[in-house]
Amino acid sequence: MTKFVVDAANVALSPAQEFGRKLLVSVAEVGRFGILMARTFSEMGAVFSRGSSFIKECVRLGVDSLPLVILVGAFTGMVTGWQLRYQLEGYLPFEMIGPGVFKSIVLEMGPVLTGLVIAGRVAASIAAELGTMKVTEQIDALESMAISSTRYLAVPRIAAMTLMMPVLVAQANFVGIIGAWFVCTFFLTMTTQQFFSLIPNFFYVYDVMAGLLKSLFFGLSCSMIGCYVGFNTTGGAEGVGSATIQAFVWSSISVLFLDFVLAMILF
Amino acid sequence: MIVSRGIRKSFGTKEVLRGVDLEIPTEQSLVIIGQSGCGKSVFLKHLVGLLDPDAGEILVDGERISNAKRMDAYRIRMKFGVLFQSAALFDSMSVSENISLGLIEHTKMTRGEMDKRVAECLEMVSLSGTQRLFPAELSGGMRKRVGLARAIALKPQYILYDEPTTGLDPITAESINDLIIELNRELKVTSVTVTHDMVSAFKIADRIVMLHLGQVIFSGTVADVINSEVEMVRRFISGESEDKAVVTHY
Repeated sequence: MTKFVVDAANVALSPAQEFGRKLLVSVAEVGRFGILMARTFSEMGAVFSRGSSFIKECVRLGVDSLPLVILVGAFTGMVTGWQLRYQLEGYLPFEMIGPGVFKSIVLEMGPVLTGLVIAGRVAASIAAELGTMKVTEQIDALESMAISSTRYLAVPRIAAMTLMMPVLVAQANFVGIIGAWFVCTFFLTMTTQQFFSLIPNFFYVYDVMAGLLKSLFFGLSCSMIGCYVGFNTTGGAEGVGSATIQAFVWSSISVLFLDFVLAMILF
Repeated sequence: MIVSRGIRKSFGTKEVLRGVDLEIPTEQSLVIIGQSGCGKSVFLKHLVGLLDPDAGEILVDGERISNAKRMDAYRIRMKFGVLFQSAALFDSMSVSENISLGLIEHTKMTRGEMDKRVAECLEMVSLSGTQRLFPAELSGGMRKRVGLARAIALKPQYILYDEPTTGLDPITAESINDLIIELNRELKVTSVTVTHDMVSAFKIADRIVMLHLGQVIFSGTVADVINSEVEMVRRFISGESEDKAVVTHY
């Protein structure tokens, strides 16, 4: 006997219905992300009770990212110095390169490029790690042992990354300025005195603090997205691969979006 | 005692459980059999509150675990030990760390007391001396044993086994069956085992329940299963496919 089965998944939806379905799915995703955020903040005390985990994550996610962050910072500074000279030529004195590099690195390039590096290195690795744990039932195992996976896995990673991000950005800023100084003094016939002479005139502590504040949010969003995507991974190896890409894409978008929003608020 | 009342669960448009009613008395060894995809493992996850049903409820010693508040669910879960299908050992931790994790989180034992308990648990599963090994260094059977040692570390009242013998050779599977029987007897626990390995089911079960298309279609002792007139049960224990059954009936 033939059975007629109506599979709702295969029923064709009108464009409006499809839009509605996608909207509902997106709202549900945002809701789940909000729940993870709320749980993470409510269990943040675990940072103190599980201090060793927190320190381990600070080293793994933060300190181990340092070489890459320094590399990106140095090249960014060097390119900024070189291009500022090209852009200012004939309009402003070369002494303005120093303040120009300082402002652009501290306010924008240091935090954003470090944020994007962290999106690629840390958010993706958190998603891959937690995603693998999810598909191999290790997260279910934790929960079945009455251990909160949020407290045990997410809190140390998110707290560590949020705290380490300003540290990384400060290093990137410093190395970026040194990189620009190197290019200007070794290739552009500027003296060290010329490069640094006008920086004090344009130095505002607020600029530095605003850049670091932005980086705090970038660290929070990248690690939170990495955890969220990891916890919601489905399927096997393919699912983990897809989670890694998703974490990178969404955390990169979050860095750019937050950068815009925070720029409007802070400046 | 665990009581399941009208558990229904859907994933998207697929209804996996369609009203599962079941009572699991204390110290009974219940085995749930059924074809792959019939909802056995999904039901097992409902018992420990890892999944919440769309309708119905699970009561553990009279307390509702399904859709319970997180802290209440964690408190009730303390009564459970779970052996997952893949053992689900934490691969970044040694055998000793895997077993002692629950002790660290939920007890105030000293390091020495924990080491002693870990050694006891490993001895129960015949894996003494493997404390320093990592999951990657263990065979499939050893992983299941370590998973079992981890499940019993906190002296649970209920042990849930998800496909404990799947993927193991017959000799190792037999040793896992013996281990389950021994643990049930020694620790006086209530156990629920999900399997489609009938050799294992016949050996360890006090009672066997069959799930089919998300519903309980049979419940009885091993003898009841063997003598069952329910077609699906007969086909399942004889390993007869649906097509073959149709041909046979012609």
